[in-house]
Amino acid sequence: MSENGANSAPKKISVRGLTKSFGKKQVLQGLDIDVGAQESLVVIGGSGTGKSVLIKSIIGLLNPDAGTIKIDGETVTGMSGSERERITGKFGMLFQGAALFDSLTVWENVAFGLIQARGMARGLAKEKAIATLAQVGLSSDVGELAPSELSGGMQKRVGLARAIATEPEIIFFDEPTTGLDPIMGSVIDDLISKCVRELGATALSITHDMASARRIADRVAMIYEGRIIWDGPVSEIDNSGNPHVEQFINGRSEGPIQMQVTG
Amino acid sequence: MNFLRLIGQVVLGFFSIVGRVSLFALTGVSHIFRPPFFPRLVLRQMIEIGYYSLPVVGLTAIFTGMVLALQSYTGFSRFSAESAIPNVVVLSITRELGPVLAGLMVAGRIGAAMAAELGTMRVTEQIDALTTLSTNPFKYLIAPRLLAGLSMLPILVLVADLIGVLGGYLVSVHLLDFNATTYLRNTWNFVESPDIISGLVKAAVFGFLISLMGCYHGYYSKGGAQGVGQATTNAVVSAAILILSFNYVITALFFGQ
Repeated sequence: MSENGANSAPKKISVRGLTKSFGKKQVLQGLDIDVGAQESLVVIGGSGTGKSVLIKSIIGLLNPDAGTIKIDGETVTGMSGSERERITGKFGMLFQGAALFDSLTVWENVAFGLIQARGMARGLAKEKAIATLAQVGLSSDVGELAPSELSGGMQKRVGLARAIATEPEIIFFDEPTTGLDPIMGSVIDDLISKCVRELGATALSITHDMASARRIADRVAMIYEGRIIWDGPVSEIDNSGNPHVEQFINGRSEGPIQMQVTG
Repeated sequence: MNFLRLIGQVVLGFFSIVGRVSLFALTGVSHIFRPPFFPRLVLRQMIEIGYYSLPVVGLTAIFTGMVLALQSYTGFSRFSAESAIPNVVVLSITRELGPVLAGLMVAGRIGAAMAAELGTMRVTEQIDALTTLSTNPFKYLIAPRLLAGLSMLPILVLVADLIGVLGGYLVSVHLLDFNATTYLRNTWNFVESPDIISGLVKAAVFGFLISLMGCYHGYYSKGGAQGVGQATTNAVVSAAILILSFNYVITALFFGQ
């Protein structure tokens, strides 16, 4: 697929007018965003601004109220279950809490997509899983452990290994550094950049950790009140000229963004 | 006006829940028949539901059989109708108490465990993770549990029937000085296949309902530890109520005229 993505063929992900409400709360209010092939886009924004809803809508875990989502030029909103599963096969995702299956061992987690979705034989899948674990810096004996025996940083690594094991075309990262110490956060960021580059994958991440965003992004978009209010290369983020972005990246409590502090 | 509105709200709420549960059940059942299948997962659930529930169900059955014999003796001996005890024990156990008590015990054991497991998977995003790994959660999580519940409860109830009758036998023969041969012959002569079959049909329905309630409440639980606790409670309570009400319906269908 990479050859048709190179020359401004259809965008890898294209979102138009995405709207989603929960009860009376409008979370997304006509959001537009594009991600090009092999690009790493990081969406930044405060808590509760709809970052997770955006990612979950693209994956198909949530049904948007209005708007279209295209993957490789194909409209996925309103697709039937089996068609949707074919599209989901292009995805990998690293969840915020790693979301490892605690009933399975580490290597079974990593091999899950290979065995269940690709129908690979267990022996072969195990070899591939061990190799993928090595890619994220984990030795083969970790593979036999249960996820609950691992530290938070190691769980994130296993989650990353599981997300990349099926060699997806698009990888989603949900707050990849949340809950990690700064050094481990940096290690995970480097691993993410390396793995995405080696796979030639497209990456869409959401985070509120600016240090992490600067490390893994080619392009940054800021979400505020359910829309993208700024979008540009990561090198320009310090000169965005947008007061919302400036307030956010500098972490100032005074500015156009008013935090709702309810007591 | 407010009172009428309240009635409307309750009625609409009831039907919307019935609709959602039915849709959930239909989706789950349809995945039992569509590949890919997960035989290992079905087997694991069968062991969990069938094998590991045996001690609980067995103990329930033996004490129920024993107490039935004891109670009917105190009543029947006044009319010199002790010979009806084997009849009372075997019919009560196979028709009603076997399936209902086994169902309630399994609802407490399995329904709660399913709701807690799926609920935790939901709040830790493991169910979402399944979707991103191109695995339908209904196929991987729900269908095996429904199938295992549906198939294992009749077997459990068959065992409970035997143990329950044994409980009645032990009390009658060793405590109430019945003749062992007469007791067994009476038991065997009284019981007819509809008695047992109706009990097994009930068991299959109850097993399905227990799994359904555990899965439904777990799958849609939200809000962290408290939500999972709530889901567990709801799974057990709703399964128990459904068991008791479906018990009446099935009894009416089999024996009511």
